[in-house]
Amino acid sequence: MIEWIAAGLALLGAVLVLIAGLGILRFPDLYTRMHAATKASSLGMSLLLLAVALRNPEAMVWMKVLCGILFLFLTAPIAAHLLGRAAYVHKVPLWEGSVADEIAGNYSDDHTVLRGVARQSGTDNLSNTQG
Amino acid sequence: MMIATFLLLAAAMALTVIRLLRGPSLPDRVVALDLLGFIVAGMITAAALFADQPGLLDIVLVFTILGFFSTVAFARYLEKRRFDDD
Repeated sequence: MIEWIAAGLALLGAVLVLIAGLGILRFPDLYTRMHAATKASSLGMSLLLLAVALRNPEAMVWMKVLCGILFLFLTAPIAAHLLGRAAYVHKVPLWEGSVADEIAGNYSDDHTVLRGVARQSGTDNLSNTQG
Repeated sequence: MMIATFLLLAAAMALTVIRLLRGPSLPDRVVALDLLGFIVAGMITAAALFADQPGLLDIVLVFTILGFFSTVAFARYLEKRRFDDD
């Protein structure tokens, strides 16, 4: 019984990862692609790991799986945030159907300094804007 | 079940590789590379499940950490890079 549940979870996780792959291929611009890739693949990986833990219910395996899931959910948003900011700084274009760009106008003309930060700390390079 | 899981993961990998080769800008490729690392980790997890070898989970953890650090390094590099080449 538990084997079938584990296999079903693994299959569901694989479907989610496939959705991430579809999204990264089909979405129109970098930011929407990142949205698909990060979220769907995090959940898919978590389901796959949970399937392993269900199949082998030992303390060590559970600990590794929970550590893996925690680490995944801690790091995937950070990586996506850094990449998205790097892309925005380099003026990777938004999809023409986008309705909102809330950072627009807050960067200096060459897109290297956030205005609010620049006023306080001089016009140094990007390391000052690192939050 | 096993074959279906691996086929789905392989299909995801193929789609991601297409984006990796095609990606109009460098950040697109980095995102695809990040996802590719996740998919490889997922395949190793599926192997751990279906081959009944939970020791493979160690590899998954290391792979996830490596993927995170490589993505952060790429992002830093992209930010520091000059604008002329793309």
